[in-house]
Amino acid sequence: MWAILSILVENKPGILFKVTHLFRSRNFNIDSISVGVTDNPEYSRMTITTVGDEKQVAQIVKQLDKMIDTVEVRHLDEHKTVYRELSIFKIRLSNANDSMEINKLAGAYGAKIHDVKKDSIMVELTATPDQIKAFEELARPFGILDVARTGVAAIQRSGA
Amino acid sequence: MLVWAETAITSDSMYSCILTIKIMGIEMMTTMQSMTGAKALMTAMEKEGVRQVFGLPGGANLPMYDEFARCDIRHILVRHEQSAAHMADGFGRVSRKPGVCFATSGPGATNILTGIATAQADSAPMVAVTGQVPVAMIGRDAFQESDIIGMANPVVKYAFQPRTAAEVPAAVRKGFYIAETGRPGPVLIDIPKDVQQNESEMVFPDEFKIRGYHPWSDPDIVAVEKAIDMLLHAQKPIILAGGGAIISSAFAELQAVAETLMLPVVTTFKGKGAFPETHPLALGPIGMHGHAEANKMMTEADCVLAIGTRFSDRSVGTFEAFEKRLKIIHMDVDPAEIGKNQTAQIAVVGDVKASLRVMIKLLAKNSTRLTKETPWLKHVKETRAYWKENLKLHPGEMGAAKILRKLREILPSESVITTEVGQHQMWASLFYDVIQPGTFFSSTGLGTMGWGFPAAIGAKVARPDVPVVDIAGDGSFSMTENSLATAVLEDIPVIVFILNNSSLGMVAQWQRTFYDRRMIGVEQSRCPDYVKLAESYGAQGIRAQSMAELDGAIKTALGSDVATVIDIPIDPEEDVLPFVAPGTSLSDMILPS
Ligand SMILES: Cc1cc2nc3c(=O)[nH]c(=O)nc-3n(C[C@H](O)[C@H](O)[C@H](O)COP(=O)(O)OP(=O)(O)OC[C@H]3O[C@@H](n4cnc5c(N)ncnc54)[C@H](O)[C@@H]3O)c2cc1C
Ligand SMILES: Cc1ncc(C[n+]2csc(CCOP(=O)(O)OP(=O)(O)O)c2C)c(N)n1
Ligand SMILES: [Mg+2]
Repeated sequence: MWAILSILVENKPGILFKVTHLFRSRNFNIDSISVGVTDNPEYSRMTITTVGDEKQVAQIVKQLDKMIDTVEVRHLDEHKTVYRELSIFKIRLSNANDSMEINKLAGAYGAKIHDVKKDSIMVELTATPDQIKAFEELARPFGILDVARTGVAAIQRSGA
Repeated sequence: MLVWAETAITSDSMYSCILTIKIMGIEMMTTMQSMTGAKALMTAMEKEGVRQVFGLPGGANLPMYDEFARCDIRHILVRHEQSAAHMADGFGRVSRKPGVCFATSGPGATNILTGIATAQADSAPMVAVTGQVPVAMIGRDAFQESDIIGMANPVVKYAFQPRTAAEVPAAVRKGFYIAETGRPGPVLIDIPKDVQQNESEMVFPDEFKIRGYHPWSDPDIVAVEKAIDMLLHAQKPIILAGGGAIISSAFAELQAVAETLMLPVVTTFKGKGAFPETHPLALGPIGMHGHAEANKMMTEADCVLAIGTRFSDRSVGTFEAFEKRLKIIHMDVDPAEIGKNQTAQIAVVGDVKASLRVMIKLLAKNSTRLTKETPWLKHVKETRAYWKENLKLHPGEMGAAKILRKLREILPSESVITTEVGQHQMWASLFYDVIQPGTFFSSTGLGTMGWGFPAAIGAKVARPDVPVVDIAGDGSFSMTENSLATAVLEDIPVIVFILNNSSLGMVAQWQRTFYDRRMIGVEQSRCPDYVKLAESYGAQGIRAQSMAELDGAIKTALGSDVATVIDIPIDPEEDVLPFVAPGTSLSDMILPS
């Protein structure tokens, strides 16, 4: 099971270390992680995606909750959640019409084009991890020179 | 309600005033005084009721050491910081208040790590205070700098590193609060040297809030009702009492529930003595080296009321086999323990003392009539009686069972026992019956050799009125034997009771059992001579080679006002049995043939 965890923590130094250390010492996996301060500067929100069976995910949530520096831990329901990840791809241009093809592909995914050079092009895509994966597969034949991804940010819809 | 009297100011403060401030909506009456971080540390600890600190000084904690000259807290010097941590741990388990240990930065701090990890594994309240290099030196590989916060993180309940002197009082207040509430544990406070030295206006908070920490929750009455129902409808119900029952000192409540529902009681090894082991319903510890009758009845039971246990592999064997055919009611203060190792049908989160009290109240109202003589109870009694008679013991005069039963016979029931780790520990579990609940302590989760002796010293500081005995192995005692200096010089007369098989016996047993008798690295060659060793420290050393000598030795030790080491040579080939091999289930118990 793929799970999105939303963790509100005290905005203090060393907390990211403790959270990641917990995953390591409890034998859990971090699939992606993103961290940022909230509108209230006393808190940061960490969004962690992880993979495990139901029992494991429940245990991760409880262990995170037990941490004194975590204020709130939620396992978000992905069907009721807006979640997105930002990714930047640098793709090789080898043939004359590669640039056009990639532009089309980007268009189909609602991605933005940056920094077009003679032999490479940069594409910025904000989407779900699945969509990013799909885009990556389609871009692969051109030659992916570099990828950077931010990890998922997520908020559950109101009333959900 | 805030009580002003609790925050009375010490008279030697240079400056003080009373003020009311508002933090996070809570109105606090506080004392404001100007002092150094080191002085604030000691003042805050005095407010917590700390009477003594176990420790060893060094450059980075000298400012706090200097404060011992100006306060009423006693300093108890150790010869190795690991022992300071174990002493604080022993003190904490017995008094149920955090014991305090001090160490300097770098090697002093790393030396206490084992002690901190031991306390964490066994949920023991402790506050460890380390010196650290000055703030500006952190991260520059300064002399005796170690990132103790980073190293200790996975083995502490919480860690603080105040970066300014003004942060010290709140760190201490919160540290003690975290260490002793909910599921207890060790807290580390790492204080840079300049933070100890700097002077600041200090606010000593009475009340505070930690947003992400909710140590207690009220037991769910509906769940307790369901639990009663499940127990009443079970054919073969049993109680499994764990370490949490002792931590919570829920002894009277446990006994009341057991007697009302006529439930046989097994314990984990950590829960040993949560229930009087001489009680007719008591079956003793289950597990790898559980009592035969306890393991037998545990595997036959169809419903268990588990009280403050984390279902360790050493208690239950394989997780899958244990929970098969068993309905589990799990009472625990830590929600993360519910479902971690075993699936509970009913969970009651909260302090077990409170949860059991709810159960007792509901039972009083319950109209279901209990029959006192169910076939299950009859079977339990017969099994108990059978194994009490028929467990095959070592034939020699100085067999482990005979030695430990002799100790039990002579010691007053309120005596406190600590143990080291190894065969002697398991024999203590099998053959030393705890009569008065909450008088038996051991390093069980980490299994730290060398814990028992310093822990006994800490226990004796907490309970100077009762005899304290460390049931020891020769190998374990060697690890912290230099605490004899502390016991003698600080006048803390504990008894070290060594079952001396001149070997790392537990490991030797595994080599005999699983490695075809290839004995590697287990022989101790009667080195050192523990009688002479004791004497060289100014302690009393007695060797007991017969039951008559043992009888005399124990009585001499009890009458002595100096620490005593009783060295008891035993057969190096004696095994601990029953034995449930690792990775097998309780029903696969190996019995003496
Ligand atoms: C050589 C050796 C052999 C061993 N053999 C055995 C063996 O045969 N059998 C055995 O059982 N163990 C054995 N052990 C010990 C084993 O490793 C575990 O330490 C032990 O089983 C843990 O017991 P526990 O879960 O009851 O207690 P703990 O580890 O102390 O856990 C306490 C539980 O109670 C909860 N708790 C704490 N305070 C409260 C409260 N106030 N209210 C409610 N809940 C609370 C905690 O959250 C936790 O879940 C052995 C250890 C060694 C070193
Ligand atoms: C610090 C530490 N190192 C190693 C072990 C592994 N170990 C467990 S029991 C044991 C032997 C203990 O010997 P002793 O204290 O003489 O007890 P005995 O088994 O002989 O009664 C060892 C080495 C341990 N538990 N702790
Ligand atoms: Mg030995």
